[in-house]
Amino acid sequence: MSLTLLNVIVAVVIAIAFAAANAAYLVWAERRGAARIQRRPGPNINGPFGLLQPPIDGIKLMTKQLMIPGGADKILFMVAPVLAMAPAIMSFVTIPFSENIVARNMDIGVLMIFAFASMGAMAILLAGWGSRNKYSVMASVRAVSQNVSYEIPMLITAITVIMVNGSMDLKAINLAQAGGFWHWNIFPSLQSPLMPVSFIIFFICSLAETNRAPFDLGEAESELVAGFHTEYGSMGFGLFFMAEYANIVIGASLTTLLFLGGWGCPFGLFPGVWWFLLKIYLLIATFIWIRWTFPRTTIYGLLNLSWKILIPISLFNLLLTAGFMKVF
Amino acid sequence: MSAPIQLRPDETFILNVGPQHPATHGVLRVKMEMDGEYIVKAETVLGYVHRMHEKMGENRTYAQYLPNLSRLDYLGALGYTHGHVLSIERAAGIEVPERAEYIRAITVELNRVASHLFWFGAFVMDLGGFSPLMYAIQDREHILDILEGVTGSRLTYCYYRFGGLYNDVDDEFIEATKRFIPNMRKSLKKYAALVTGNIIFHKRLEGIAPVSAETCRKYGATGPVARGSGINFDVRKNEPYSVYSDFDFDVPVYQEGDSLARYKVRMDEIEQSLRIIEQGLAKLPAGPIMTEKKPKNIKLPVGDFYQAVETARGSFGIRIVSDGDKNAYRLKLRSPTYSNMHLFDETCEGMLIMDALAFMGSLDLVIPEMDR
Repeated sequence: MSLTLLNVIVAVVIAIAFAAANAAYLVWAERRGAARIQRRPGPNINGPFGLLQPPIDGIKLMTKQLMIPGGADKILFMVAPVLAMAPAIMSFVTIPFSENIVARNMDIGVLMIFAFASMGAMAILLAGWGSRNKYSVMASVRAVSQNVSYEIPMLITAITVIMVNGSMDLKAINLAQAGGFWHWNIFPSLQSPLMPVSFIIFFICSLAETNRAPFDLGEAESELVAGFHTEYGSMGFGLFFMAEYANIVIGASLTTLLFLGGWGCPFGLFPGVWWFLLKIYLLIATFIWIRWTFPRTTIYGLLNLSWKILIPISLFNLLLTAGFMKVF
Repeated sequence: MSAPIQLRPDETFILNVGPQHPATHGVLRVKMEMDGEYIVKAETVLGYVHRMHEKMGENRTYAQYLPNLSRLDYLGALGYTHGHVLSIERAAGIEVPERAEYIRAITVELNRVASHLFWFGAFVMDLGGFSPLMYAIQDREHILDILEGVTGSRLTYCYYRFGGLYNDVDDEFIEATKRFIPNMRKSLKKYAALVTGNIIFHKRLEGIAPVSAETCRKYGATGPVARGSGINFDVRKNEPYSVYSDFDFDVPVYQEGDSLARYKVRMDEIEQSLRIIEQGLAKLPAGPIMTEKKPKNIKLPVGDFYQAVETARGSFGIRIVSDGDKNAYRLKLRSPTYSNMHLFDETCEGMLIMDALAFMGSLDLVIPEMDR
């Protein structure tokens, strides 16, 4: 494949469009889902089933004045939302939606997504620091310590999968799982008997990485007002909001690709992008369901969970897998 | 850009929680001296919604003052008006028909359930779980509908009169209340499964912010806060008023004194209130709802009168000093959350802000009632 400028532009535009459309309509889906859980109608006025709500919200955000609080660090304040959104979009470039639908497949796809995902923590830190608000600083410190401590078990679990499949290429990992659900990585194999545990760890970590409830300590609205984006209005807030949903899509995609066989059909029939989308939206529905069911954890409970439970288990899992791979 | 702030490594900073903050549920301000996420010292600042209700009580006649009482606590207004009518009736020697007293007890308990339900929802929301609030509000809605049918209002009731009631309850009220009780019991089971048994919820509350019985006595805390710390005191049991001595109910007491104990006390109280309502409906006597022997302008004899009632938040007392005129010479309201809140300053020292705000939620503060 020759890489022309046109190719790049088309790929990036599609990635942005996909991320933005997902962000907008996941908000709608989340609000409708929350409403269903809470026995109320939810947004249903604008358009059929309230489907015009996201574009109207977008217009509202874009027409608002961007206010920069006095005393804030102007540059950091402006950079932070962009820095939150950009890595999320970049990660889409390397995610294979099916065998052929991928903007740019890379040999180190998993590594690249993790590298970009860890930049998200930086955006939160800059946003909190730049706004010069005590609540924001406290929230961003929380969010960063949370992101750092959850990246470790997530990466270790990803390494386990990479070892079993022998590749960092997301496409190759998926081709190795093709042909029916019994080939998926989520199920224990001879080489890695603790795969279901890996899946659970990975899922918990992706919840924590995206700052979603019950791990939404970065924006704990009943304590820290709105967390790191307290001072943001207009599209600054809009970008943080979109980045959150883009990160959810990436987390769900990565879980699907690493554990649930990507675009493969559970019964070996008609593999394709529809299976991939079905799987990620099922995972996202689970995210939403969890958010509206559980109360928030505490920051020390959260860090204890990572350092004292998830990291030892995932390290043990890694060692066990390495040993079994040597034996069998 | 303003000059950079110079901080020593061991320096603390002041965090203003409120007057506008999601956790304070009103205009309460807490000045917190923070060391990172830990509270070094906290100071609650009141007075943002002070409306001088006590002074108004001295300027208005006793009957005119009646609606003021329901503006204190917008979640459990009936309990407060009950206290006022009881104090006047006792001081002026007005007889109240038995039917009226029974209806008062039933409506006050309904109101208590409504108040506890709303607290339950708001408290879980403080902890980050939003959905239970919606369930609780839906159950509370049934109570508001029932009470609206007889009192005419949904929140700030003025239903009781000196010597009786504003109007009698109809069959619809009795039927609706009878329907409500089993539904509420079903909901309580659901809440127990959804919230009380949740592991995250337990970890947030268990052993957090223990308040000793000693501290409760020191600050004069009453109601579910004191009962969660092992003080077995309920005005309805210890100094029975109205017809509460006719009812068979328990006072839930927990010894732990932590946030979870306060939560459990309130959830158990809902069940006990349902029991009282059930018995009240079964025993409800026929007869008039308003006494006939009542002076048009009520004047209290010269003296000093006090009446305490158990409201949803604790012991509410009203003290009236009368010089024989048609309004009070001095009037003092003892509101339960005012005393309960002052536990906060002492208890939250050294706590994480997260736990402190969960603790604040467990105190069930209603700011207009505190500020009066």
